[in-house]
Amino acid sequence: MKVVVGQGSCGVATGAKKTTAEFEKRIGAGGLNVAVEKTGCVGNCYLEPIVDIYGDDGALVSRYVQIQPEKVAEIVEKHLKKGQVVQDFVISEEDKRFLASQERIVLRNAGLINPESIDAYIAVGGYQAIEKSLKEMTPETVIEEIKISGLRGRGGAGFPTWFKWDAALKNRGESKYMVCNADEGDPGAFMDRSVLEGDPHSLLEGMTIGGYAIGAEEGVIYVRAEYPLAIHRLELALEQSREKGFLGKNLFGTGFSFDIRIKAGAGAFVCGEETALIASLEGERGMPRLKPPFPAAKGFWQQPTNINNVETFANVPWILTNGGAAFAAVGTDKSKGTKVFALAGKIKKGGLVEVPMGLPLRDVIYGIGDGIKNDKGFKAVQMGGPSGGCIPAALIDTPVDYENITKTGAIVGSGGMIVMDETTCMVDMARYFLDFTRKESCGKCNYCRIGTKRMLEILERITKGEGKEGDIELLEELAGKIKDGSMCGLGQTAPNPVLTTIRYFRNEYEDHIYKKKCTAHSCKPLLTFTITDACTGCTLCSRKCPVGAITGERKQKHGIDQDTCIRCGKCEESCNFSAILRD
Amino acid sequence: MCENCDCRQGEPEDFSALVPVLEKYGKTRGSLITVLQKTQDIYGYLSLEAIKHIADKTGVKPAKIYGVATFYTQFRLKPIGKNLVMLCKGTACHVNGADLIEEAISEFLEINDGETTADGIFTLNNVACLGCCSLAPVMMIKNADGDETFGNLTKDKAKNILDDIRKRELNEQEAAG
Repeated sequence: MKVVVGQGSCGVATGAKKTTAEFEKRIGAGGLNVAVEKTGCVGNCYLEPIVDIYGDDGALVSRYVQIQPEKVAEIVEKHLKKGQVVQDFVISEEDKRFLASQERIVLRNAGLINPESIDAYIAVGGYQAIEKSLKEMTPETVIEEIKISGLRGRGGAGFPTWFKWDAALKNRGESKYMVCNADEGDPGAFMDRSVLEGDPHSLLEGMTIGGYAIGAEEGVIYVRAEYPLAIHRLELALEQSREKGFLGKNLFGTGFSFDIRIKAGAGAFVCGEETALIASLEGERGMPRLKPPFPAAKGFWQQPTNINNVETFANVPWILTNGGAAFAAVGTDKSKGTKVFALAGKIKKGGLVEVPMGLPLRDVIYGIGDGIKNDKGFKAVQMGGPSGGCIPAALIDTPVDYENITKTGAIVGSGGMIVMDETTCMVDMARYFLDFTRKESCGKCNYCRIGTKRMLEILERITKGEGKEGDIELLEELAGKIKDGSMCGLGQTAPNPVLTTIRYFRNEYEDHIYKKKCTAHSCKPLLTFTITDACTGCTLCSRKCPVGAITGERKQKHGIDQDTCIRCGKCEESCNFSAILRD
Repeated sequence: MCENCDCRQGEPEDFSALVPVLEKYGKTRGSLITVLQKTQDIYGYLSLEAIKHIADKTGVKPAKIYGVATFYTQFRLKPIGKNLVMLCKGTACHVNGADLIEEAISEFLEINDGETTADGIFTLNNVACLGCCSLAPVMMIKNADGDETFGNLTKDKAKNILDDIRKRELNEQEAAG
């Protein structure tokens, strides 16, 4: 028997390490012959810490959810000692549906195997694809298989993977490089983190196959410094892989040599752009340059370089094992395979979901995510992060694939899916993203550097109730110019969150500007706080008010002086009788 | 030491801990960022002295090192407190009220983003995204013991976490005399 505790970053944040320690302590004290292991993120982040109990035959017996350390004793006493399942902690049938309605290729091993053990990866068929590629295939036939699969880059742009590989193969250079972009910079996205933490070997195998296909001997993983656990597990995986002979010289006796190293990024969103990433790899400021020449011709140290995202690489071993046609059988005509999304925001069941391309948004948000938190009204879903846009509730039946999402003005992007309800202000969302892109602009192009600043100023004015006639048109004009006048993807897409919110939620902009109202009741300067008859005169709010705007006798209804009120909301927070109304 | 205060201006800093770093990476092209990361790991931040020292040893101009150091958000040019509070301002956290958490932390610690408390126990840094979006709002606290992530924050929860750390630090200081 063994106990497996989910230890992705989400699990650890909810106390999975303490839960593991508690299991180890109690199993040790009881002298039980039960192993305690860890695994990556299974995806149901809202149920962490998750504990799986496997029988001696290796089959899953029970999945327990939300197992804080204090619940461990009962599981040890009843289940481990007496074989009685603790029904109260078992995952509900409804929650099982979260996983059952997904199709897992990228996350095939996440949450199932121990990410710190290469043997666990080998036991599920790992490193067979690289052996097959090296021994039975040529670089050209590997690329052909990827072409048949229809795999497109999962980092955001959706460019056909085989095409990039083919270009890098055909270009000549003293040396070639295979680079993995693991600088998952979109705020609100954690797909890559989960692969890195949950199944690092699949990335290494995918990169090695890619290296063979383009003729590279060196691979580099450019990973965010904010992901310490991911870096730690990658380092372990690299070490184990070298020991087993899956990385290094003369792999499988074929004469092909390949090794991978890790380069920790230093925090710059623009480094997701491939030429900026290369500059950063070379130790420079991460600023993009004009293309062409493309990295496939002149990349890292001016040599042919191919850059793919983590999720793209994680698909590769599966494709080589199961065949390109099997991959192409999943998804839509132009968008093949599956896509991993990080479902978060105002959603009941947030987490990692992997679905076939083309599944309607509704099935993701309501089918898997179980709808909106606190049963509020669904307003929009943000896809593609700062380069993407907000898709309104009316378009909830849009199939999730590259073409259809692009038509809405958003992009599939790397996979962030942030759900918003009626309390989310869309003007504030646009302001939030502009604030982000303004800070992250590298400053090379004037339109991006200064234009995003000007747009942000206008949006800040609007959310403060100082918007004026012509602001919306000015935003649209600036947006067009920034798109045209910027060299790289950051600037070219920075206005998207503003444009999509104006397109679908123009009325909210107009309410802010002309009526000085925020209908989502989110922009504080536009709020009016009043006290209703539910007030018992307990005086708590008047004591909490930092500016003394609340007056009233004890046990009498209180009132707020609107001229003095600074709209901080402290009264609303402190009130025990829900007697403060925001409008 | 200068006469007016207890700063160590003018006093040569001890960079012996950098020797192995510079030996390993100093002459490898393209490893400036790695050198700066390791330097920051050792000293907690990049002092002007450290930048000059690295320039001396690697032959890279100080202006260029400064340019790289100021480009990336990870690098700090000022020392930080014992506990680095990294408050996530990612989209999911924003939607779930990260601004309110920031308000509460700022009020409790009496510092703003990028500042350090007078007692040197905390530095507050807003960060783009910690990637724990399902647990939003989230913060990560980094100190000598490693890093710990706290999710599903409320104003009170955030304050309590910081209060516990502050009490622990003060107790330790007392115990150490």
